[in-house]
Amino acid sequence: MDFGFTTAAYVVAAVLFIFSLGGLSGQESAKRAVWYGIVGMFIAVVATMLGPGQGMWALSIVLIAGGAVVGYQLATRVQMTQMPELVAIMHSLVGLAAVFVGFNADIMINTIAGIYADAGQVMGAVGPDGYTAIGLPKEISDGLSSFGQLIAKKSSVEITILRVELVLGIWIGAVTFTGSVIAYGKLAGRVDSAATQLPGGHLLNAVAAVLSVVFVFMYLGGSGSWTLVILTLLALFIGYHLIMGIGGADMPVVVSMLNSYSGWAAAAIGFSLGNDLLILVGALVGSSGAILSYIMCKAMNRSFISVILGGFGGAAGEQMAVDGEQVAIDAAGVAATLNDADSVVIVPGYGMAVAQAQQAVSELTTKLREQGKKVRFAIHPVAGRLPGHMNVLLAEAKVPYDIVLEMDEINEDFPETDVAIIIGSNDIVNPAAQDDPNSPIAGMPVLEVWKAKQVFVSKRGQGTGYSGIENPLFYKENTRMFFGDAKASMSQLIPLVE
Amino acid sequence: MKIGSPKEIAKDEARVAMTPESAAQLQKLGYECLLQSGAGEAAGFSDDAYEKAGVEIVKTAATLWKNADIIAKVRPPEPAEAKRLKKDKTLISFFYPAQNEELLELCKEQDANVIAMDMVPRISRAQKMDALSSMANIAGYRAVIEAGNNFGRFFTGQVTAAGKVPPAKVLVVGAGVAGLAAIGTATSLGAITYAFDVRPEVAEQIESMGAEFVFLEFEEAQDGAATGGYAAPSSPEFREKQLAKFRELAPDIDIVITTALIPGRDAPVLWTKDMVEKMKPGSVIVDLAAERGGNCELTVTDEKIVTDNRVTIVGYTDFPSRMAAQSSTLYATNVRHMMADLTPEKDGKVVHDMEDDVIRGATVTFEGAITYPPPPPKIQAIATQPKKEVPKELTPEERAVEEKAAFRKQTITHVSLLGIGALLVLAVGLVAPASFMQHFIVFVLSVFVGFQVIWNVSHSLHTPLMAVTNAISSIIILGALIQIGSSSIIITALSVLAIFMAAINIFGGFLVTRRMLAMFQKS
Repeated sequence: MDFGFTTAAYVVAAVLFIFSLGGLSGQESAKRAVWYGIVGMFIAVVATMLGPGQGMWALSIVLIAGGAVVGYQLATRVQMTQMPELVAIMHSLVGLAAVFVGFNADIMINTIAGIYADAGQVMGAVGPDGYTAIGLPKEISDGLSSFGQLIAKKSSVEITILRVELVLGIWIGAVTFTGSVIAYGKLAGRVDSAATQLPGGHLLNAVAAVLSVVFVFMYLGGSGSWTLVILTLLALFIGYHLIMGIGGADMPVVVSMLNSYSGWAAAAIGFSLGNDLLILVGALVGSSGAILSYIMCKAMNRSFISVILGGFGGAAGEQMAVDGEQVAIDAAGVAATLNDADSVVIVPGYGMAVAQAQQAVSELTTKLREQGKKVRFAIHPVAGRLPGHMNVLLAEAKVPYDIVLEMDEINEDFPETDVAIIIGSNDIVNPAAQDDPNSPIAGMPVLEVWKAKQVFVSKRGQGTGYSGIENPLFYKENTRMFFGDAKASMSQLIPLVE
Repeated sequence: MKIGSPKEIAKDEARVAMTPESAAQLQKLGYECLLQSGAGEAAGFSDDAYEKAGVEIVKTAATLWKNADIIAKVRPPEPAEAKRLKKDKTLISFFYPAQNEELLELCKEQDANVIAMDMVPRISRAQKMDALSSMANIAGYRAVIEAGNNFGRFFTGQVTAAGKVPPAKVLVVGAGVAGLAAIGTATSLGAITYAFDVRPEVAEQIESMGAEFVFLEFEEAQDGAATGGYAAPSSPEFREKQLAKFRELAPDIDIVITTALIPGRDAPVLWTKDMVEKMKPGSVIVDLAAERGGNCELTVTDEKIVTDNRVTIVGYTDFPSRMAAQSSTLYATNVRHMMADLTPEKDGKVVHDMEDDVIRGATVTFEGAITYPPPPPKIQAIATQPKKEVPKELTPEERAVEEKAAFRKQTITHVSLLGIGALLVLAVGLVAPASFMQHFIVFVLSVFVGFQVIWNVSHSLHTPLMAVTNAISSIIILGALIQIGSSSIIITALSVLAIFMAAINIFGGFLVTRRMLAMFQKS
């Protein structure tokens, strides 16, 4: 099989990948789109293995099979509520793989340089035309692996560019790796989700970044592979420290940002390997993650920088005092109101996922819908810990997706809504975002649930949410607090509703 | 203390101020209840039912007025009744103090305290005792039923084997409580309903009840909040415009229900003789403002008339009494709530707190003095409408200029961005070798494709999107696959790890995406 065939296969794979992402524009086409992705990946892997200079088929296949087993286990065992963790930990694998591949490239460059030296030549020396590399004698070149041959053919400028690319790949890959591990820890509750930083804070990150730049230049200047190792350690530290400094509530942005990074790492590695498919897919993934981060940031009305720099910037001034008191209500009261209501909007948040209440919520929805009531769900773009997290949870609980609406689609309907039920969400329904210019979340788009005739808030207890911001909604005249575990609360309602 | 309700002596009045249900609640407040024998009969509540609820039945009105400390009734007292009031007795009833000055004077002379249910201020807290709204609600409902009774066709449009029936068209003038109740009843019967009100802010309420707001192009709109939620008289120009609109509608409308009242004035004439003449034979007009002269020029108070062109005009004023069971229940509940406010300790003792906005507002005579009219309540009835910033209407020329400017600005940003981008790429091209630039093209184009494609992904699929991008970013496996064939042990070892990890990701990512997508189901 010659090189042309591999490239052709890559073209097919690339098209399939683009279709696979494009297909996600609708629920039904998405089901088909996944297959495009799978087939694309299969073609790409097979074509590479058939490609020139590829060895160790058996080992590769065994490895892939091993990975398949582990991946299968992961994918089938994961709870839908743990989706953010799974995605985070998977990003870390891509990051680490990028680091390894990058190191390999560096080692290979050194090996080739050694071969050149043995043959009495200088690597990267150019011929009479001024830019074509002279290359190794044919008999030596034929003995090298395909990747070796590729490097051996490069001129010195090309080698430098190659090094820039692989440094980038390793650096981004390393940041992605530790960042994803920490994000995983925070999401899984194994690491304290509050924003914590070492003394020195962002200065430490800045120092590490500056040092990284210094070592990049040293590495490019030929100081040897040890600079690359230190660079990697610095990047690992930055990834760790950066994400440690970001609070749990900002995790949707972090996860999509890491998603983007894993893509850019793949693209950088693609450059260093001269592999167009890697570049293409890396760029696709990178831009996809970047857009997701952008959407998330916009939904929280915060700039990307402020999210990355961690925590909510302190309040701009005196926050509006909240007066009134929270009025509690029991299940019978909620059920009575629900029985009278014609239209109900449910606003789920991370609290619903934590309490695993989605099944109970779904049952309640079915029961209400059977009575001819109009039940809909309102999803804020940053509800949950992952973009679209709530949609997936509700889908798992068999809530039909056509009654699950986005913020912009449903916000206007609240004044005509009889009952709004808030289940485990807080900041995304906080009227202070609109009323109080000094609130830390001022200007963030929120679901205007308080315009509904009656609002029930299902919440574990009094107290502020993830971000620690007081929510005036709980004190409004038409709000009743339905305290208790969300799952237990919803289950209590089900028999009472008829 | 004892609270009692006599039989209403006004002709044809079927309502009663106490029901067995409200009596039970009043007893919980610590009161003993009395009722004149047969007082509830016309509303469908027998003496037996009252006795079962623990009410003492009194034979004559005289005994009742003598024994009860608090007398709850519906209609304003007749002079004979008022004379039975004594010092320290409290009367709760409709009173209309503005129209009944002599009666007010009489009550003052009797030294009695009088609470007028029609004077309860319109604030949120007092809604539970707002008897006017309760009665208006019933009147609105009954008006539609009465109209239906006199209307020879269906309300709802039907296509039957025997032919097509067009739906009835109903116009409701005045969207107060009665108007809104009428709209709700008419729409639920299937009629096409239009509604008009001089207060533009009620358009939303009208539409929420399912009717179409008849929109009038006019500049000086009223702010209903300033007058406690009631309409104020409108300017002659506005009135002309309004009548012109009605004239235009009249030939099409089958049923007109008018409810327009301005506090303390005669009802405005909104449906003139010529409009009635324009209406189709068989049409019905129900005039809920008949008591104050009527909104329709031809209305005869308390009577139903048929005009020469066979339009029926209903001018009854006793709609609530025509549904005595329902109206008694609501009125008795309003009275009960009033008593609850008067009895803060629930010990059966009236505390007539003249500091309380609601009680002060409703009290018309107190301890030998006339306390009408009350001072304005401390709390405003309805929040003042924020002054709306009217966006300036742009002329087509202005808009064109604006669009042009926006377009130019956009072009400048586009071109400058493209220029900077191109310069950067050219700068890279100066240093970088051709082999790099070939890959660079792929990179830049892919970023573009990525941006285009991802913007179309629906919000609800963002989690699957991340899982899928995660899976395909494992394309990095290709790098490791290329490298694994190397002679170096370290390279091979690192490649082995990389392949293994990437493979986990590929399979895990795709499988979990499929799992998620399979869950998305349409209802």
